[in-house]
Amino acid sequence: MHRSYLFIPGNHPAMLQNADIFGADAVIFDLEDAVSITEKDSARQLMKAYFETIKKPNFSIYVRINALTSSLGAIDLNMVMNEIVEGIVLPKATVNDIKMLSKLLDTFENARRIKKKTVIIPIIETAKAVFEIGQIAQLPRVSALLLGAEDLTGDMEIERTKQGIEIEYPRAKIAFACKAFEIEAIDTPFTDVTDDEGLEKDALHAKSLGMNAKCAIHPNQLESINRTFTPSQTAIDEALRIVKADEDAQKHHRGVFSLNGKMVDKPVVDRAKKLLIKAKHFGMLGEEYEK
Amino acid sequence: MKIGIAGSLESNDCLVTIKDSDVLSIKVQSIVDAFYHDQIVELIQTVLEDVNMAHVDVTVIDKGALNYTIKARLLTALHRMEASHA
Repeated sequence: MHRSYLFIPGNHPAMLQNADIFGADAVIFDLEDAVSITEKDSARQLMKAYFETIKKPNFSIYVRINALTSSLGAIDLNMVMNEIVEGIVLPKATVNDIKMLSKLLDTFENARRIKKKTVIIPIIETAKAVFEIGQIAQLPRVSALLLGAEDLTGDMEIERTKQGIEIEYPRAKIAFACKAFEIEAIDTPFTDVTDDEGLEKDALHAKSLGMNAKCAIHPNQLESINRTFTPSQTAIDEALRIVKADEDAQKHHRGVFSLNGKMVDKPVVDRAKKLLIKAKHFGMLGEEYEK
Repeated sequence: MKIGIAGSLESNDCLVTIKDSDVLSIKVQSIVDAFYHDQIVELIQTVLEDVNMAHVDVTVIDKGALNYTIKARLLTALHRMEASHA
């Protein structure tokens, strides 16, 4: 369960060595757009040496490789496959590409005796991928879907705006697919790193549609993103009251009850329980509720 | 002459230049020279030994890179040197 995914250019030693102090739940080390074609070799070598060195990072590690349709993607994978890498972020993902990546991961995991299954986070950034979302979300290894709005709007030949009306459909479609198949829905980055208010508005809107995490392209965006995707204290208090009242109601064999003048039934209780699970994960519950 | 260059002069990075040579030569210039010069030279020697490179001329200008960065830049420069010959 993550709230924030920070993109860090794969060829940037200063950011690499500070990756653990930014406060991201997950870091995506980027070998694709953030690295020029002449520096891909250097970035791969740096990533490899970094992964072989770091121990128990306080964030989950992902790597965005180059598209598998280019000759670069497989070379990237060969260099970065390591037990410490949680997953591979796949640009321009399609059903076929994900299946191909999954086979490559099988091969590398076997050859290197990597015990865990490396997950895949496909980036939904083409019209075709939006069309295939339902299928993509069900594929083995896929642990989340990430919306890539810049490329997607480019593919659609439509204007990308701060308001984001043009990405309402893919955002909602990703959120629904991810909920249906119990994987994470990661929202597209907010690209104006100077507009804090805009970022907060954008993150809140994404959350309201069902996204449960958001990408950051600058460490300064993390505080706002983490706050947005963490349950608020008010929501936690309300959820605790609902769950407590439900326990009392169960003792009296009542499925529906009233709390502060509002009807509470199973869907409301389930929602409160889900929120408390999330709150617990992020250490927001007091000790008395930790169990 | 075969030559390979990797890295940068940005903070926490290093610029590595490797040329083919008849003898092993290692030159290090670092912002932390007073404390880590010998360790950096030792690291370079170890990496070169690992890849069986006995005769190269290595120059490292270090801007506070950690060991894994120096190692990575060195290996990239070596590969680039080899590629420049191919």
